[in-house]
Amino acid sequence: MTRRLLWAFPPVALLALVFLYPLTLVVQQSFQPDSGGTSLQPYTDVFASAAFREALWTTVWIAVASTAGCLVLGFLLALIIAFVPFPGAKIVARFVDVFLTFPSFLITLALLFIYGTTGIVGSFQFLTTPWGVLLAEVTYFTPFVVRPLLAAFSQLDTAQLEAASSLGARPLRIIRRVILPEALPALAAGGSLVLVLCLNEFGIVLFTGAKGVTTLPMLVYSKAILESDYPGACVVAVVNVLISVGLYALYRVVSRRAGA
Amino acid sequence: MKGDIPFRGIRFDSVTVAYDGNVVLDSLDLTVEPGEVMALLGPSGSGKTTALRAVAGFVRPASGRVFLGGRDVTDLPPYRRGIGMVVQQYALFPHMRVEENVAFGLKAQKVPRGEIRGRVAEALEMTGMAAYGRRYPRELSGGQQQRVAIARALAIRPGVLLLDEPLSALDARLRSGMLAELARLHRELPEVSILYVTHDQVEALTLADRIAVMDRARLRACGTPRELYRAPANEFTASFVGGANLLPVTVGEQGVRFGERRLEVSGPVPEEAAVLCVRPHLVGLGDGPNRISGTVREIQWRGATHRLYVEVDGHRVIADLRELKEPPAHGDEVTLHFSPDDAVLLTAGARHD
Repeated sequence: MTRRLLWAFPPVALLALVFLYPLTLVVQQSFQPDSGGTSLQPYTDVFASAAFREALWTTVWIAVASTAGCLVLGFLLALIIAFVPFPGAKIVARFVDVFLTFPSFLITLALLFIYGTTGIVGSFQFLTTPWGVLLAEVTYFTPFVVRPLLAAFSQLDTAQLEAASSLGARPLRIIRRVILPEALPALAAGGSLVLVLCLNEFGIVLFTGAKGVTTLPMLVYSKAILESDYPGACVVAVVNVLISVGLYALYRVVSRRAGA
Repeated sequence: MKGDIPFRGIRFDSVTVAYDGNVVLDSLDLTVEPGEVMALLGPSGSGKTTALRAVAGFVRPASGRVFLGGRDVTDLPPYRRGIGMVVQQYALFPHMRVEENVAFGLKAQKVPRGEIRGRVAEALEMTGMAAYGRRYPRELSGGQQQRVAIARALAIRPGVLLLDEPLSALDARLRSGMLAELARLHRELPEVSILYVTHDQVEALTLADRIAVMDRARLRACGTPRELYRAPANEFTASFVGGANLLPVTVGEQGVRFGERRLEVSGPVPEEAAVLCVRPHLVGLGDGPNRISGTVREIQWRGATHRLYVEVDGHRVIADLRELKEPPAHGDEVTLHFSPDDAVLLTAGARHD
């Protein structure tokens, strides 16, 4: 028993040193206003500021809207890849896997080439608006929904679809009544993962150069780097971490239900 | 063509199905009469399931037409064919209760809401599953799930029922029970034509009005179980429908000869080389007409019967005998015989290799 604890010690210590310790520092800093001492002052300051409330709202609605977009687009794409036999379906599925390894800013960069001020369709100025961020996030995160859906669809017995069809169900009814109910766990798992990732997305927001779009991670960045308001940045970071952890817990519950 | 006469049979009109140039069903001509049970019997890869799927609309024939009740349905999608289908792996919808599964086809066909309840109950009643309506498929045994699948197919009152190896996933004891159930269902629904795909000759012999024997994408024989069993048209049919001893014989002026022996065979005699077919249970031990003798190579005691493998001039003859009081020993010389009525001569050459 003691020996096992001995083995457990190095990784735990390492984890604590490189990860948990800085995190505690962030939490600690958030309770230490520049004026000195320990107080809730930074929290009341930040919560009272319009910038924070706006950033919170922007973060949440963009994340929720992106997730919804990813779910709809991902479901349609996965349906086509899995059930419409077309040459190259396997390659497309493989590409989805590769896509997951791309860095997020790459998509934004690519979008800049098309929609940016010097891009192909330069007259569109929407990339610097929240819609640009939304488009980039939906583009980037959709494969995160497609992946689990394809796994779920591969488990689906095609005999069920044929049975439904011979019973007189048209394709739309089969999708609604047979495929969708069986894809729900995968949709929930993929959706909550995308939601968490969207809430914390930094690269895409930064790269679109959307001045008016300030999300929580952007707020942390601007407070800490541009304004040197460390306590304020830490408060926002703590809020962001709490939301993420809360959603992660939700994701775990959902994915365990799904047996994934 | 039957034209306008509404009948609910199935007709294959030289239906050919090919995947990537690979012919899996070669110009099948077959008619299933209204209310008839037709078994498609054959080994795996014989094209029997493909034929069924062509009726259901899941494969498109490369050429030929499929008729349902006199109507050409070759170009109709599956959901417009009004067919009941039951497959080996049940294919129930796992997230729906039993009654929802059965109601699925009725809802898809826009049956009035008030009528659905009664018809679901009726279908479940018919398959003996009335008490299980609120259960989910995973809470049922394999046999029960198959009954639900049958109820689901029957609920839409199809004119044609397609059964694709429906009993293969069940264990032997359940299988014979379900076989009796299917026979009862057919007696209760005499107007439904059934196409029953199986590789099991017992299922085909028990249930079918006629059997179509398939092998390597082709129809090899079609007839009543009795015809196919008593007078098979070729070697493949003889060996696939019930076991058979197939002995090469020569036909000449002195009659039918097996090696040096002269055999008496009633019935038509083909020219020259032929194959003699005798069912193992029609071979007797001891002296009698058409006696042949050989060496016992193997004895299997099967409870009610003894199965003897006897080597006669290098050919193996199987004899299924009522349990013997004093069975011969391994290596003994024995004499076998069979009645001239019980042997059939097949033309050689149409050999299954």
